[in-house]
Amino acid sequence: MTNSPPNRANSDTAAIKPIIQIRNVTKRFGQLAAVDDVSLDIMPGEFFVLLGPSGCGKTTLLRMIAGFELPTEGQILIDGQDMTGVPPNQRPVNMVFQSYAVFPHMNVRDNVAYGLKIARTPKKDIRDRVNEALALVKLDGLGDRMPDQLSGGQRQRVALARSLVMRPKVLLLDEPLSALDAKLRAAMQFELADLQEKVGITFVTVTHDQDEALSMASRIAVVNKGLIAQMATPSDLYEYPANRFVADFVGSVNLFEGRLIVDEPERAVVECPALGRVYINHGVTGPHEGTVHVALRPEKISLYRQGEAPPAPDAPVGHNLADGVIKGMSYLGDITVFQILMPSGQVMRVSRPNLSRFDQEDFTWEDRVSMRWHSSSPVVLLA
Amino acid sequence: MMRRLRPAIAPLDYTRRWSMRLWVGLVMFFLYAPLVALMVFSFNDSRRNIVWRGFTTKYYDKVMHNDMLMEALGNSLTIAFFTTIISLVLGGLAAVMLWRFRFPWKAAVEGAMALPIVVPEICFGVAMLIFFAQIGWPTDMPWPFSLGAITIAHVTFCFPFVAMVVRSRLASFNREEEEAAKDLGASEWQAFRDVLLPHMKPGLIAGALLAFTMSLDDFVITFFTSGPNTITFPVKVYSMVRFSVTPEVNAASTLLIVLTVIMTSVALYFQNRMVQSGKGPA
Repeated sequence: MTNSPPNRANSDTAAIKPIIQIRNVTKRFGQLAAVDDVSLDIMPGEFFVLLGPSGCGKTTLLRMIAGFELPTEGQILIDGQDMTGVPPNQRPVNMVFQSYAVFPHMNVRDNVAYGLKIARTPKKDIRDRVNEALALVKLDGLGDRMPDQLSGGQRQRVALARSLVMRPKVLLLDEPLSALDAKLRAAMQFELADLQEKVGITFVTVTHDQDEALSMASRIAVVNKGLIAQMATPSDLYEYPANRFVADFVGSVNLFEGRLIVDEPERAVVECPALGRVYINHGVTGPHEGTVHVALRPEKISLYRQGEAPPAPDAPVGHNLADGVIKGMSYLGDITVFQILMPSGQVMRVSRPNLSRFDQEDFTWEDRVSMRWHSSSPVVLLA
Repeated sequence: MMRRLRPAIAPLDYTRRWSMRLWVGLVMFFLYAPLVALMVFSFNDSRRNIVWRGFTTKYYDKVMHNDMLMEALGNSLTIAFFTTIISLVLGGLAAVMLWRFRFPWKAAVEGAMALPIVVPEICFGVAMLIFFAQIGWPTDMPWPFSLGAITIAHVTFCFPFVAMVVRSRLASFNREEEEAAKDLGASEWQAFRDVLLPHMKPGLIAGALLAFTMSLDDFVITFFTSGPNTITFPVKVYSMVRFSVTPEVNAASTLLIVLTVIMTSVALYFQNRMVQSGKGPA
């Protein structure tokens, strides 16, 4: 979220031609549709992330762009050109594989030079471009190492350099950080975003890790069961999830079933049997027969001792307020997550930043508490 | 002064148990004593070669000047060379096919390929003899071609071994490497040459070594397929033994042993060096 490149695609960039157009693409393995009638456009310069649980079809989609899988139905266009029947070695895209697939019998320099050699680039150009690529991924000086003398992170840089040296129109990355340890992963998230900004190549990344997606992407498509559940910027995805799957998959969330009893342009009220009345400071658009769901992020709930909660400034009395007993606490260093059991029997997750070094014990197990939230916090989900 | 106690024998201290030492000693004795005796008696200065009568190298000299034997050795090496080349190509390709593709009757093909390994050699030899007789394989061809029948017979039992070794090597191949090569613009052939083949190399070397040694020292199948003018080294040694076991036979056998040991060492050296310089895991 902190790291969106300046050239992110907005809705008003319709004049720019998409670099990748996926049109009604379906991929079936036997009876199973791994990708089910997916259409999406990726704009030049985007850092696009396909996010989803394992087996959702995101990698299949990526491999179809690269040309390693063929769509059962539909078309993929890269830079306006239909890729049907174009083999992987002739597509203007390059891929960084999950295992990095660094050639073990070649040294770093030969690995990076491989694609250029195949393309019969003049020797001098190869040397210059390889040096440039190695500098870009901060591997200068390691050109003569063999892959088994490199760490996992360095091997990944080799794979990156090997792809970037080809100057592809699109760089595809399959779970690029999954094999790295947590610290390195966090560092690489920023580095990848930086790198993308520097080279200006469109990145399309597949990941199952929502932190990774949120921190790197300019736009995210959440994929579930071969369908795109939502496509949005990281902050929109988090703050305005389109459905329960996205709300639950991206970040942590409290979900409550309810009925919409008031729906006006400026306000809406949802009656939740397990939570009470939830007041929202905007109307709900879209069809909503029957039940809806209210999503509340744990960090958007304030905690008070029972009865000490001041009346909500922006909601009618008795709305956006709930009582409960602390049944669980997880101290995570920067925040503490509370599990609060409400009289209805449902549990609410509330997170609280540990602002001071001393206030960590002001709430503890079995404390009776009141919870309050702003009328802008709840999200009404229709699906 | 206190007597120091010997520390107790730990469960994994196999080398400190006398029973284990005896066991190892017996195994070593029965494995290597005959070989050592064979080599030692090749230097025996005695025609009958039963009692040690002093050191000499004259039988090596005799072997070197035994034209029949040297011709047989030449035949053997030629056959082994061509058998190795052909087995390497056939076995390597078969391994890639079985590893990469799914096709109907795949299990049957795999089973059929293993047949030459499991069928008793004597049956195989007889089958080959009858086969070549039935199709009327010419027996009067000029020298290198006269070895064709034996070479074909050797290939049939050598290439399955190459295929097996290479295939087990292929199991550890990361297919993403091949995809990466293609992604970088390589054609099917270029990806095979630049990525798959280097990975197969240790398997190919091991397979070649296996094929060469098996061909070189095969007796049974060769015995049935060799003609009067195409005697190989082991067959010749056998016929020498039928007359009498002279130190000359020992010397010839020792030469064969030394030859194979040198070859094995060279191949192992190459394989080792490949591992150490990081050109792929073993």
